[in-house]
Amino acid sequence: MAEIRFTIDDKPCTAKAGQTIWEAARDNGVYIPVLCHYDGLKPVGACRICTVRVNGRLMAACTQPIGKDMIIENTAPDLEDMRRALIEMLFVEGNHMCPTCEKSGNCELQALAYRYGILAPRFPYLWPRREIEAAGPHLLLDHNRCIQCLRCVRAVKTKDDKLIFALLHRSGKVRIGLDPELGPRLTEETAQKAMDICPVGAILKKEVGFAVPIGKRKFDAAPIGSETAEKA
Amino acid sequence: MSKPVIATASLAGCFGCHMSVLDIDERILKLIELVDFNKSPINDIKTFTRPCDVGLIEGGCCNTENVEVLRSFRKNCKILVAVGECAVMGGLPAMRNGIPIKECLEEAYLHSVTVAPEDRLIPNDEDLPVILDRVYPLHEVVKIDHFLPGCPPSADIIWEALTALLEGRPLNISYDMLKYD
Ligand code: SF4
Ligand code: SF4
Ligand code: FES
Repeated sequence: MAEIRFTIDDKPCTAKAGQTIWEAARDNGVYIPVLCHYDGLKPVGACRICTVRVNGRLMAACTQPIGKDMIIENTAPDLEDMRRALIEMLFVEGNHMCPTCEKSGNCELQALAYRYGILAPRFPYLWPRREIEAAGPHLLLDHNRCIQCLRCVRAVKTKDDKLIFALLHRSGKVRIGLDPELGPRLTEETAQKAMDICPVGAILKKEVGFAVPIGKRKFDAAPIGSETAEKA
Repeated sequence: MSKPVIATASLAGCFGCHMSVLDIDERILKLIELVDFNKSPINDIKTFTRPCDVGLIEGGCCNTENVEVLRSFRKNCKILVAVGECAVMGGLPAMRNGIPIKECLEEAYLHSVTVAPEDRLIPNDEDLPVILDRVYPLHEVVKIDHFLPGCPPSADIIWEALTALLEGRPLNISYDMLKYD
């Protein structure tokens, strides 16, 4: 199969046909931040953190297929600032009390905020009133921290492919819901899987908490995305 | 030339950030050489006696007294720094935000299991500061010049910020200094 040639921030790169911009960039050692996307899941383009400029137009790198001779900008100051703004918006539109959060140190939203050196959001806090749901014996759903990335909806299903998580309501009222029958019957393993796939602390497995000490957590030592650059 | 002057205050906070200031260990001797302290719970100076260069504020605003103190700091300090999660985003006290104030007061003073039946009374003395509808981060009340997140911010980030501000150079916050927890 013919190689696709493209550039990203002037770096000449090659890709395989059928790859998305994000996959192609990763294989060339270029990190494009993602939040709703998770390698292996069907991309949905929900969060727009991965926005890049392709031949002058903004596109979501996680959904857009790579094309021949694309000229991609990834770290232009306006793009980086837009990503920062998106991260800040996610912080103010939920209730994120990192000091009390079990995901702290392992959270991708927080890790992105660290990577971008965000000290305080430019937007006012909204303080929505959201619930915490003790969803069955193994699972805790904290809607205060959900960023509606739909990873849980896409990744956690029954063996016969039935949805366990789903998106309820519309616009500002949108929230993740658990199937009233399947949810409480989740096994411990599935609960763990759901917690691991959730980028933030919205899905937590009950009983064991704060198991990894500060200093040994996922993003304690190096910024999110460091591995992509290292592999190249 | 006289030394730069620092003032500090704890609003709706737990004093953890002040503890973290003290946590700079032996560097505190250097700090005392470098600066003078004015209004601060550390020396118990209660009112400003001179204009200050740097004001460090821990905690957000949960009542009218917090707002008054914060405004007096803005007036008396050239540079105002929000220190810690509560100052930056409201922190734990802000967990009441989103819950109507009436519900909060009733829960705390009427329905809580630790309130003895004969003590059930919502405090309403004119000498008490009035509680705000919610807890506000500092920058939603006055202009803030620098933010140091963390619960508490590490001694290292506090030291870096203080030395940078005193030397008049930009803050150089490294990856391991920036934490929200
Ligand atoms: S989900 Fe992430 S950003 Fe939100 S409170 Fe938890 S650690 Fe902080
Ligand atoms: S619960 Fe977690 S995985 Fe599911 S949509 Fe919310 S943030 Fe995403
Ligand atoms: S990662 Fe591409 S839109 Fe969320």
